Amino acid sequence: MRLVLAEDLALLRDGLVRLLQAHGFEIVAAVDNGPELLRALVQHKPDVAVVDVRLPPTFTDEGLQAALEARRQVPGLPILVLSQYVEQLYARELLADGTGAVGYLLKDRVFNTDEFVDAVRRVASGGTAMDPEVISKLLARNVRDKPLAQLTPREREVLELMAEGCSNAAIAGRLFVSEGAVSKHTTNIFAKLSIDTSDETNRRVLAVLAYLNGTN
Amino acid sequence: MSTLTPDRADPPATRWRLGWALLCAWRGFALVFLSIPALALFITCVVFMALLPIGVGLLFFFPLMLLLRATANLTRNAMGAWAHVPIGTPYRRLPTGGGVTGLWARTKRMITEAATWRDLLWALLYLPSSLLIACFPMLLIVNGLHGVLMPFLWEVAYRHVDDAQWYTFIKVDSSQRAGLAVPWGLVQMAAGLALAPWFARVNGLWNRSLLAPTKQAELALRVQHLTESRTDAVDASAAELRRIERDLHDGAQARLVAMGMNLGAAEALMKTDPDAARVLLAETREASAKALHELRDLVRGIHPPVLSDRGLADAVRAVALESPLDVNVNVSLPGRPELPLESAAYFAVTEVLTNAAKHSGGRHVEIDLTYTDGTLRISVTDDGVGGADLMKGTGLRGIQRRLDTFDGTLALHSPVGGPTTVIMELPCDLSSRKTSPS
Repeated sequence: MRLVLAEDLALLRDGLVRLLQAHGFEIVAAVDNGPELLRALVQHKPDVAVVDVRLPPTFTDEGLQAALEARRQVPGLPILVLSQYVEQLYARELLADGTGAVGYLLKDRVFNTDEFVDAVRRVASGGTAMDPEVISKLLARNVRDKPLAQLTPREREVLELMAEGCSNAAIAGRLFVSEGAVSKHTTNIFAKLSIDTSDETNRRVLAVLAYLNGTN
Repeated sequence: MSTLTPDRADPPATRWRLGWALLCAWRGFALVFLSIPALALFITCVVFMALLPIGVGLLFFFPLMLLLRATANLTRNAMGAWAHVPIGTPYRRLPTGGGVTGLWARTKRMITEAATWRDLLWALLYLPSSLLIACFPMLLIVNGLHGVLMPFLWEVAYRHVDDAQWYTFIKVDSSQRAGLAVPWGLVQMAAGLALAPWFARVNGLWNRSLLAPTKQAELALRVQHLTESRTDAVDASAAELRRIERDLHDGAQARLVAMGMNLGAAEALMKTDPDAARVLLAETREASAKALHELRDLVRGIHPPVLSDRGLADAVRAVALESPLDVNVNVSLPGRPELPLESAAYFAVTEVLTNAAKHSGGRHVEIDLTYTDGTLRISVTDDGVGGADLMKGTGLRGIQRRLDTFDGTLALHSPVGGPTTVIMELPCDLSSRKTSPS
């Protein structure tokens, strides 16, 4: 799987390169600033890109801007954004085009190698990977909304994992229940939130997020 | 400071002309009555000032001067509201302290302040000036009315009087002559009405020449304000540094120490008990995640990343997204203010929003950010229960103090039953630094 990496801290960049190579990714470019990132993304059209939000030369949200611009030029280009902090505003911007294949994770999620690599693969295959922190904030914000209050605690847990981008199988694994049980929960959730059910992972996540954002 | 607030009142020309003219004339007439307290206070103040050396003056001079200041302030406000001539207050804060020493200190300040002498001069001149300027249009109108009514008055009264009546230059000794008074009366009434707005303005300017702070008083007030706001700013930043130091010491620093110890223990256990070592390493990884989390929160409290990335507009949008309330943000800013001011504005908005979420009981908040005439204006309106008070609670006062450092102001409008509106204004320049793309 071909991958473009953007990270300005040399130490972290080398670490990520090693980690991703060990998991079978082919690093076609590892860059350390925004303009180069945009060039690399558009030129290589990688299977997936892992991008740090804050990059030179401005040390603001250069990485995010480059990612958004690249996705404008190459629609649906899978990009996983890493950041020291998560902002709902940025999460929304990434999800805004509705094509999926985006991820937005805190940098320390990299510590848990398996989950991180899993997230990269998920994004590469057109899914989404949202940081639990984004999800929990979204849920906390909407807790007063009636439909969300109808959910049982277990259904909320399932909803959170679903919003992060987990498949039913992955949710079953995380919650130590059978896949059948999870699919029963998801059916209930969709019914209670009156979301149009669809089998496709990405559509499902976007629907959940859109609902939580109160935009539909 | 009122001298910094621009005059936002409508220009008189946009009002209904005749009604406005009548109102001006009437107000000018009403203003004459202020000469009663002004003159009375002038006389008593001067008398008790003369009696200062024998003690009894000390007792009465100060309170009487306060009354005079109140009268002058009333006039200042009236000039601002009625004549669109805003007049700033020239008084510096009086020294506090109890007993005779405190009273003496206050009295001494009063006597040495130029504003006191200017107030006294104003009080002395107020009666003639208000008769000549403020009241003049009303006199013209009333005199004109007299002329217009002359034929009627002639019939019912003047013809029965032996002495001839004079109406200005017209000797009223027949009904024809009385009729002549009508057009002349109309001319005077028209002149009075036409002149009223102008005289109101002239009267305002005249009063301002005596009541406004002198250049020196303005500077003294400025120094006083700067000293106070600087002290506040220094105190606030010192408290902030203490908080950061404490957070680092109790949080991330302590966790790093624990991590180091865990790693050392794991190293020692590696050979003898690899399983225990693995548990320790997992714990350490968790601790590092927690330390990162704490550092992140700390950084966010010092300077939120979105603010440095995108500027005020998107930072406020980001806060709006995190708020438990339904927040709508409207921004029209042509650029970005300086960083310190931007940060102050940002924290002010977050604080107001937190207040709204905690106390208003409302669900919807409207935030507007605009920039006009060199002033950044932020208004936050919630649909809550209202009844917020600047004097109660420290939240809004804290914001006010913080904005004060930048000569900013905070105005609160919160009638019981809502809605509550907080308007913050900060004079500043905008630069064309990188701003939000959306």
